[in-house]
Amino acid sequence: MIDIRRVFTQVEHIHHEFGPRAAEPLVRGAIAAVLTNPFAGRYEPDILPMMELLDPVGVDMAHRLHAAMDVPLEKIATYGKGAIVGAAGELEHGALWHVPGGYAMRELLGWKGDRAAYKAGTVDEKKTGQPGNALSIVPSTKKVGPPGATLDVPLTNINASYVRGQFDAIEVRVPGAPAADEIVFILAMTTGYRVHDRVGGLRAENISKWDGLR
Amino acid sequence: MPADIRKLVVQVDETRKEQGQAVEPPTRRAVAIAVIANPYAGRYSENLDELIAIGEELGALLGGKAVKALGIEPGQAHSYGKAAIVGEGGELEHAAAILHPKLGAPLRQAVEKGAALVPSAKKRGTLGTAIDVPLGHKDAAFVRSHFDAVEARVSDAPRAGEIVVAVAVTDSGRPLPRIGGLQVSEIEGKDGLR
Repeated sequence: MIDIRRVFTQVEHIHHEFGPRAAEPLVRGAIAAVLTNPFAGRYEPDILPMMELLDPVGVDMAHRLHAAMDVPLEKIATYGKGAIVGAAGELEHGALWHVPGGYAMRELLGWKGDRAAYKAGTVDEKKTGQPGNALSIVPSTKKVGPPGATLDVPLTNINASYVRGQFDAIEVRVPGAPAADEIVFILAMTTGYRVHDRVGGLRAENISKWDGLR
Repeated sequence: MPADIRKLVVQVDETRKEQGQAVEPPTRRAVAIAVIANPYAGRYSENLDELIAIGEELGALLGGKAVKALGIEPGQAHSYGKAAIVGEGGELEHAAAILHPKLGAPLRQAVEKGAALVPSAKKRGTLGTAIDVPLGHKDAAFVRSHFDAVEARVSDAPRAGEIVVAVAVTDSGRPLPRIGGLQVSEIEGKDGLR
């Protein structure tokens, strides 16, 4: 069922945006895997068996992305994920990526939560003190699109979604994909603050609730 | 004056399967892209020396980044290409100044040897303009399996006063090449053509 046709990685170093040159550039990376959509061209009521099979795909992609970014793991500050489904598929096929894509990056970044509860959607992370890493929901977008479609993948802090200076998005696009019977699954991570962030709000060093939000 | 680099983007495109057929080993194409300020934007300058020097700087920087992204030794590179997109405040000749006089020598160092012409493309463009960077085998331009192109595009560049410069390097030809012509095994590598 899992048939990966192509893997596309992209890493960018942002030094400035017409303001002061950053002492350390913002590093943003994305990885996209182009898979055959086993459900293309028909309505398949039971698509869940694919979700489980995507777990190792996500983990492998998360590790590849981290390697391509070439930064220490503790520098990864934000994440996001997305999917682009080819024309013979439906949006729901892209939704298969929510659990395995999110889980993969959280696992990479040191999440200590209950995987079974996470998959079941019953996870409760209202805890005090930092109970682990990667507590935030992984923000996502998805769409049905033609080859070369662009997707703006949202990015937020891995431990507190409200860290305002790190709200961002990265445009991801695989030239020539997805074909009608393909899906592009995407993971994205960055080292954090927008290069000239200055609109206030919660700073990462002030995260205190460790509830994934603040 | 070194290039005022606003942004660097490196992409790797790995094809494992095409039309249901396994591609083994997978073909891999890397593109390293720099977004730089155009020192001559908005005016006519007869002399383009600053861009020529920037071309030399970027040949080394981007060539090295592309090879590193593939995780190969320089000698394992197969094909290469280069391209530039000039923002609206500049002219096509600015792209030519970066690409043609001095970019090639350091790029050839980055891929070891490189007897063949580095194929190129240029255009004027705006934010998100895509350019197809032509690819040819680095030691023999006539190797038919390696005629290819790879897209380069930066969503927020070039601004009017910027230039997007791309260098592409591969460790392979097209996936599943089967239209004959000169083969890699037949390269003489002397005249850059065969």
